[in-house]
Amino acid sequence: MIEAAPNPSAAGASVAAIELLGINKSFGAVQANRDVTLRVEAGSVHGIVGENGAGKSTLMSILYGFYEADSGVIAVNGRPVRIASSRDAIAHGIGMVHQHFMLVDSLSVLDNVMLGAEGGALVAGGAARLRTRLGELARDYGLVVDPDALVGTLAVGLQQRVEILKALVRGANVLILDEPTAVLTPPEADQLFALLAALRREGKTVLLITHKLREIMHITDWVSVMRRGEVVLTRETAATSPAALADAMVGRRVALTVTKGRARPGPVLLEVRNLVVRGLNGVPLVDGVSFALRGGEIAGLAGVAGNGQSELLEALAGMRPIASGEILIEGKPVRLSDSDPKGMRRLGLGHVPEDRHRMGLVTSFEASESAILGHHGDRRYGIGPWLSRRKVVGDLARKMAAFDIRPPAPRLRTANFSGGNQQKIVLARELERDPTIVLAGQPTRGVDIGAIEFIHRRLVALRDKGKAVLLVSVELDEIIALSDTILALCAGRLTGERRPPPDGADNEAFVADLGLLMAGVTERAA
Amino acid sequence: MSAPFAIPRWADLVLVPVLSVVTAFIVAALVVLAIGVDPWAATVSMVQGSLGSAEGIGFTLYYATDFIFTGLAVALAFQAGLFNIGAEGQAYMGGLGAALVCLHGTALPSWLLIPLGIVGAAVFGGVWAYVPGLLQAKRGSHIVITTIMFNWLATTLMAYLLVNTLREPTSMQPGSSRFVEGAALPTMRAMLGAVGISTAETPLNVAFLLALACAALVWVFVWRTRTGYEIRTVGRNPVAALYGGIAPSRIIVLTMALSGALAAGVAVNEIMGVQHRLLLEFTAGYGFVGIAVALMGRAHPVGVVLASILFGILYQGGAELAFDQPKITRDMIVVIQGLVVLFAGALEGLFRRPLALAFAGFGASRRDRPAKPATLPAPEPSE
Repeated sequence: MIEAAPNPSAAGASVAAIELLGINKSFGAVQANRDVTLRVEAGSVHGIVGENGAGKSTLMSILYGFYEADSGVIAVNGRPVRIASSRDAIAHGIGMVHQHFMLVDSLSVLDNVMLGAEGGALVAGGAARLRTRLGELARDYGLVVDPDALVGTLAVGLQQRVEILKALVRGANVLILDEPTAVLTPPEADQLFALLAALRREGKTVLLITHKLREIMHITDWVSVMRRGEVVLTRETAATSPAALADAMVGRRVALTVTKGRARPGPVLLEVRNLVVRGLNGVPLVDGVSFALRGGEIAGLAGVAGNGQSELLEALAGMRPIASGEILIEGKPVRLSDSDPKGMRRLGLGHVPEDRHRMGLVTSFEASESAILGHHGDRRYGIGPWLSRRKVVGDLARKMAAFDIRPPAPRLRTANFSGGNQQKIVLARELERDPTIVLAGQPTRGVDIGAIEFIHRRLVALRDKGKAVLLVSVELDEIIALSDTILALCAGRLTGERRPPPDGADNEAFVADLGLLMAGVTERAA
Repeated sequence: MSAPFAIPRWADLVLVPVLSVVTAFIVAALVVLAIGVDPWAATVSMVQGSLGSAEGIGFTLYYATDFIFTGLAVALAFQAGLFNIGAEGQAYMGGLGAALVCLHGTALPSWLLIPLGIVGAAVFGGVWAYVPGLLQAKRGSHIVITTIMFNWLATTLMAYLLVNTLREPTSMQPGSSRFVEGAALPTMRAMLGAVGISTAETPLNVAFLLALACAALVWVFVWRTRTGYEIRTVGRNPVAALYGGIAPSRIIVLTMALSGALAAGVAVNEIMGVQHRLLLEFTAGYGFVGIAVALMGRAHPVGVVLASILFGILYQGGAELAFDQPKITRDMIVVIQGLVVLFAGALEGLFRRPLALAFAGFGASRRDRPAKPATLPAPEPSE
């Protein structure tokens, strides 16, 4: 048990790499961090888990100098310091790898690492020194990246390495990683974990922000759980369990798996034949994909982000032109010329878009207005050209009750709802119509555990009513837990189809197999 | 597009514009002081001139009529995310439409000729905006560039027509011949006189009521119809519009055409209401003032009407001021108007941040000032 001592130096023999004491931070009326006290042992991997909105990112932003705390003390190696900018943080040996990489695609690895640390007006000397340094880092940590490769040509996992190299070259002893595995394939994630282990061996300290409990159990020495801005628990990882952590995250017991009955597959509702979708430059993003989706079935599209699943979903929703191929809904071919969002909706398609802010909602609209997007031509919202405000508001008021959307204020601006409730607004709009086929893109992205459960139950209920659900998610756990059948995509091609293990629980061998498919290692004659 | 700083709605709608205008006047007062005129006397002269008499009010509202039309035109386009700089040219071409109807429909009775003249203006103004709209929707040519270019096209085309084609053969002045009596809009004096109220002789005419009706119609159209919903969706989030089955290109073309038709209201007021003939450059920059009016009025019809009246006061009061104070030339008036445009239009966000900080200070303890509100994300960015 390590409830941090009140005095930075009184903790005993070992000095903590980072110690936070009584950190408070408010944004207006929202208290994002409340009296946070956290001790991070030198040379350890320390995980921080929590639901979205629990204050993890705010806390790390304070540590990295993006925000200043309203009150509280930050101590590095036992000495209180002031961190007012990321420059200060770097000076104190703190480095951060952001979720979205801050790299220049058109520059080489060497140039990217050197950026902002050129060491003089002429770069040649600095570049030569840096090349030597990169060689040392490659030797010490196995961080091998070709210094002359253009960053834009590297795989995501390698780009992440460049980010880590940037931090290490700047003398980071403490490395903060914000959701580092969100964009990685399972094999890439394994490589990252091996790297983190190497860093630990060399005495570096790692702060790992994640909401994947499996990663916490796998790699961390210590784990802290945040809930509503507070650190509610700090334990040695070995002395805790995923169930205990999940409990601490939500403050109540939740099922980590989805409870669902046996699938009763019905007739084929959606069939796709040799679908090709091309990008602006003619590159195929979806490359000859064929599958059939039955009613009473949830099919998950597994793939690392950017391998065509988004484009496939958007093409099916009528939002992207289809280069060639066929789509059949309930056996009837859809004329590709009129596969627009309106037409596809009319054919019984519900579409929960992957990015609710960019696509699914108009955040500056009242919630009631966002809740009719795509259905604003519907008879029930008014007569002829008119849109009846009363009917629009009343409609959402009913949906808010059915979907437990909080606060139940249909006229509140969409942006003022939390992420989970915004997502429920989208779901209420798309599912309440009783669609035959539901395209669910990242239905639980950025949503807290309570709402995740609710959304999962809704999707399963649709399946049980004989509807077809096509699920895209970055959470492999979610795909495995929800899907009756899993289609793996890599580089726009289907690389395999699998049925998840019957118990629905996560199964190492199954995940490994799926990981291979997602990485494009196609099945040999099996 | 969410407001970067949290301030109460009433403050956003009322306090921000009022503070902007007050600041503009303070700066203007300093300028007036610098050229040796008592700012207080200047203010009194301005308010007296614009609101102190029936005649002053009549002129103020007559100017306001033009600003309402062009302000609505710009505001409607704003709602679809379009920056229509071309209200000037659209109003100008609207004049051609009105004039062609009035010059050729001489045999028609007044009750038919006037509505037809208005339709003629709306169609010509609408077409002049429809083409840039079409270029934007189909070819991606930026509306700001094309509408500016169309202003020049309108200017040169009208100069050519008024000199070579429409000019009265006996006149040396580039202008059309006078319209028939039946094409003249009823003046406010005549209309009020009909119900027994006598007022001063001013250019104010029934076009003012038409402008107010247009403001109401724009409100109903934008906030109470399905098409209005589609316009607002395209303006706020084009990707979401696409997702919602709304074709942005159709909305762009439609909104621009309607915007141009609204701008042509200037021609109704000026050509059919006051001049009774088509004149060179009758639009006198009203189309550009409409941009400031729409900005100041927050692209809302009520705001546009209020801002138009303020600009009406500036125009009419400014003319009186130049008359009263010889030191203040016509150019000085333009400077003062420019300051209002600068503070109320271009710098309208200037007071938002201090206000947000002030309200945050009232709302909670002194300590929790946002450190960097400009980059404040949701406390936990999703994924």
